[in-house]
Amino acid sequence: MASTDTTAKAKPDGHDLAGLEAGLDALDAVQVKRTPFTQVLLHKVLPPVSAVVLVLAVWKILVLAEVTDDYKLPDPSAVWHSLTELWVQGTLLDIVWTSVSRGLLGFAAALALGTPLGLLVARVRFVRAALGPILSGLQSLPSVAWVPAAVIWLGITDSAMYAVILLGAVPSIANGLVSGIDQVPPLYLRAGRTIGATGARGAWHILLPAALPGYLAGLKQGWAFSWRSLMAAELIASSPDLGLGLGQFLENSRTDSDMPGVLLGIFLILFVGIAIDLIVFSPLERRVLRTRGLATR
Amino acid sequence: MAPALSTEKTGTAVVPQDAPAAVRLHHVHKSFGRPGAAQPVLDDITLDVRPGEFVCLLGASGCGKSTLLNLVAGLDRPTAGTIEVPGGRPALMFQEHALFPWLTAGRNIELALRLRGVPRAERRPEAERLLDLVRLGGSYRKRVHELSGGMRQRVALARALAQDSQLLLMDEPFAALDAITRDVLHHELTRIWSETSLSVLFVTHNVREAVRLAQRVVLLSSRPGRVAREWEVDIPQPRRIEDAAVADLSVEITEELRGEIRRHGQH
Ligand SMILES: Nc1ncnc2c1ncn2[C@@H]1O[C@H](COP(=O)(O)OP(=O)(O)O)[C@@H](O)[C@H]1O
Ligand SMILES: [Mg+2]
Repeated sequence: MASTDTTAKAKPDGHDLAGLEAGLDALDAVQVKRTPFTQVLLHKVLPPVSAVVLVLAVWKILVLAEVTDDYKLPDPSAVWHSLTELWVQGTLLDIVWTSVSRGLLGFAAALALGTPLGLLVARVRFVRAALGPILSGLQSLPSVAWVPAAVIWLGITDSAMYAVILLGAVPSIANGLVSGIDQVPPLYLRAGRTIGATGARGAWHILLPAALPGYLAGLKQGWAFSWRSLMAAELIASSPDLGLGLGQFLENSRTDSDMPGVLLGIFLILFVGIAIDLIVFSPLERRVLRTRGLATR
Repeated sequence: MAPALSTEKTGTAVVPQDAPAAVRLHHVHKSFGRPGAAQPVLDDITLDVRPGEFVCLLGASGCGKSTLLNLVAGLDRPTAGTIEVPGGRPALMFQEHALFPWLTAGRNIELALRLRGVPRAERRPEAERLLDLVRLGGSYRKRVHELSGGMRQRVALARALAQDSQLLLMDEPFAALDAITRDVLHHELTRIWSETSLSVLFVTHNVREAVRLAQRVVLLSSRPGRVAREWEVDIPQPRRIEDAAVADLSVEITEELRGEIRRHGQH
């Protein structure tokens, strides 16, 4: 013990410290490991699949127990039959695509409007005082409430659909960006200023990347709102002049008293909403959080 | 109990006005709050750091050390007095590493190079060189969260050096590190400082750290912050924090610092 102390004292040079430093780095550095594929399967895929199987089983049991009339609660296989029928007719993809393309186009427009709006609200005090409360308020207004107004202004047209999407999604996207910017640690801004990132360069190099997680959360919510608003609009303002989308399909099934079709419509709307989130937003968000060491799982 | 300090004014080293300086603070005052009810934090600070000098600014917590560094860094303006930094915008290192988590270690350094106007082709090799300088060659692609506390501060040091400033301001940069890591970083910092023509203004509340590093230790009083006393430290480098000479001077300075703090409990 004493001898190691003296040798350490006798060698205050760089070689000794370099070794010490390497040891410290190795001991203290965070180990980043990837979760193995089987783990992903077990913890991420199995639970939702079991949930779906459970729902189907309960459904089937209810049908077998004849709790209600067949036209109110059809057999799962009847819904499946509706699906295959649409597929054979070749209309399934058309219906889904009509709605998805509307939704994505509307979302892109909401993105193009919501982003500069959010920047303005976050950075210009007057604009924030004027528009901030309105934007937050609009988020709690169900955008289906805009459908009657949009129909009167624009008629039963594609423009009305897009108007409803915008009114639903723009506030979410702008608010997401505002809260993302508000939550940027002031330390990053100060560090940015000391290395010369001021003005527009500060916004581009520091503020926007730092606000990205909040912005992405806003985009995700914005998509959910877009999709919901669009379905409401298609459902209420359905007309043969517009292409057949999921909302119209649902409404047509209702007028035909076609319960398997109604359930299929609901499932398809749900499926598309989840799929876009899983394919686009979740990976984006996970990637951003993971590179920053913020991913919880 | 403690005698009134007679060193309060005479301790300030008198530097001729025309001598070159890395930073020159001239009767600097700083108060926060509305003009009527302003709270003075810094009072009449006059201090020069000579080119290539290593100065430690020592004081109790809350005495205005960070405020002073922010003024020198240009992040805030003094209420009165002037601050000259002839070498242009100084580099600043914080207690928190303040690295940008959306960039890799190497890219953090390259951002500083880019903002300084270094052409794209030269950035990567220069970032690698700076990482080598802080003995982190091979960590270019590491993410901030993959680095240990000591490694983060070394990347932060490399990023500060990337500004190629003549003056490096450091605000308790090692305060959150464990003793052994801090020791290693003291060594790295003195090595880099002695290999370059850098002037360093290093803020700390740790007396031993100040004596370990500095050529000159400046003690600030609290509320308001004034230059209470200065010590020239002529212990040869490389020093170690446990050296007897470092310990002896630390005892002397600690006594003085305690006296400063005690004065505030007397009324
Ligand atoms: N922006 C500010 N507004 C008001 N008071 C401040 C501000 N910044 C610092 N202070 C006050 O100035 C004093 C010195 O703070 P600081 O410079 O951070 O001290 P130190 O770094 O020496 O611990 C503290 O009392 C603090 O409350
Ligand atoms: Mg401080």
